[in-house]
Amino acid sequence: MITRLISALIAGALFGVGLVISRMSDPRVVLGFLDVTGAFNPALLFVLGGAVGVTVLLFRFVLKQPKPLLDSSFHLPTNRSIDARLLIGAGIFGVGWGLAGYCPGPALVALSGDVTEAFYFVPAMIVGGILYRVFALPWTPKP
Amino acid sequence: MTTWMLSLLGGVLIGLSATLLMWLNGRIAGISGIVHGLVSEPHNDSLWRIAFLLGLMIAGGITMRLGDLGTHSRQDFPVLTLVIAGLLVGVGTRMGGGCTSGHGVCGLGRLSLRSLAAVVTFVATAMATVFIFRHVFGVLP
Repeated sequence: MITRLISALIAGALFGVGLVISRMSDPRVVLGFLDVTGAFNPALLFVLGGAVGVTVLLFRFVLKQPKPLLDSSFHLPTNRSIDARLLIGAGIFGVGWGLAGYCPGPALVALSGDVTEAFYFVPAMIVGGILYRVFALPWTPKP
Repeated sequence: MTTWMLSLLGGVLIGLSATLLMWLNGRIAGISGIVHGLVSEPHNDSLWRIAFLLGLMIAGGITMRLGDLGTHSRQDFPVLTLVIAGLLVGVGTRMGGGCTSGHGVCGLGRLSLRSLAAVVTFVATAMATVFIFRHVFGVLP
């Protein structure tokens, strides 16, 4: 149990350092990447390329194991459908991402880095998740 | 190191983090899922989430301060926009089942078509949003 917490702590730390040194924690860099018709900044292509390159390469070996080292089974999503809920949800997320330049990871890092903007963004993000759960989820048909 | 090398190195660290969490704990390193799970999943499932987020925030916060990367943050970005953006990101990631890390880094790493559809969608609407608010209306920096 405690080993699982230590591994999660270390993985989280690597993630946090990665977000900051790649400058993905800076919303101006993110908005620069999203601004394809203006002052386009390709930095995020290197971040995503580096991250996805590693996972594409290494996940195939990891997921061939019968189980993870510290747990009895892999906890993978079972839903494979590309449905309206997925596309509308992803679309709404993209609008929020494009408005302020924060997605969840960088926003949490900015909160801990004492960036004032995050003190407005992060609580709103958590409330948004709860609101969706309370109001929308009961009416969403199960896949 | 040049900026793009740091971006690549940071990306590799993020990929290694996701690989480590999958290899050791069998979990998807999706930040929105980890956060939302804190309020919706059973409490015996909360501790690893808290540990991951603590690691992310402590290490990320320290790196930001050491590298002087947070101190020159934007000034005067409208508070109302931050709140609306936060709400949309919260609703959208909950509804779509993931964000840049869950669908992007992990989903694409698993070669999931569902995640690819999500990534294409959110990058497209994000680019459209920047275009509209920066160049059409010219109201946001």
